[in-house]
Amino acid sequence: MECTLRPYLPIAVYGALVLGTGFSLTLASSIFGPRVRRLEKESTYECGSLPLGSSRERFSVKFYLVAILFVLFDIETVFLVPWAVVYRSMGLFGLLEMLAFMGILLLGFVYAWKRGGFDWE
Amino acid sequence: MSFSDSIFWVFATTAVVPAFLILFTRSIVRMAFLLLGSLAGFAGLYLQLNAAFLGFTQVMVYIGGILILFLFGVMLTQRSDIPVREKVGPALAVPGFFAGLLLMAALLFIALQNPWKTHPPVPVTEPDTPVIGIKLLSTYILPFEAVSILLLAAMVGATYIARVQAPGAPDGQAELSDSNAEGRLE
Repeated sequence: MECTLRPYLPIAVYGALVLGTGFSLTLASSIFGPRVRRLEKESTYECGSLPLGSSRERFSVKFYLVAILFVLFDIETVFLVPWAVVYRSMGLFGLLEMLAFMGILLLGFVYAWKRGGFDWE
Repeated sequence: MSFSDSIFWVFATTAVVPAFLILFTRSIVRMAFLLLGSLAGFAGLYLQLNAAFLGFTQVMVYIGGILILFLFGVMLTQRSDIPVREKVGPALAVPGFFAGLLLMAALLFIALQNPWKTHPPVPVTEPDTPVIGIKLLSTYILPFEAVSILLLAAMVGATYIARVQAPGAPDGQAELSDSNAEGRLE
């Protein structure tokens, strides 16, 4: 069982370092940092200017379309990975198959582009 | 307890404990982040089971994509839009209690009565991603290409439903953004 997770040892070390750094820095600043409570300090940080209105504001619905399109291209990438690992042994046939896959998805990409799915305004 | 067992328990705890905490959390944003922990725990379990492809797909699609979609969905809705019934009267509590009991009984009945087809663990010796790649492009080529059609339909559907107008479209029907949020958070 040990051998299955053996290749992920660097990732585990990296993750432990990231978590450790985050926690220790937060802890250190909460121990050593000075505590001055003023109205300005307690208010929400908004690039130094005074906050306007509530922070509980509705985001533009555009974000959601971007997120949906991102998930779709994300899944496309997931299907690219197993092909990319074996593309040498699959040869031309595999390349053509992947081209068909990507070609069909390219239609969706072009459609979304033409309808302005990637335009922000 | 061996080393790999303790690793398993770390992942299992990471998967189950946040899922339980979701039940006792009021803030929907916290729920989303707890879900992140739970999904990450499951990804770790997949890795330990030598299903690296599944594990990384879990990280990429669920943690990297679906969860962001959830968070955007939460941020799109105003807090006051979500009706939370603080007090439940007996007219709702009593039927609710019995409905819950019935559901639990049904689930327990299925779980205990069903002859689960358990399978002895099959030792996996080779990395799974190349195997999946070869199978996907040979045996399962039709489902593979069907997936692209499905993704195409989802892409077209999402763009269409969002009513994104082509640049310079004459009719000013339902705009993508409400005028309320226009111009903010650019």
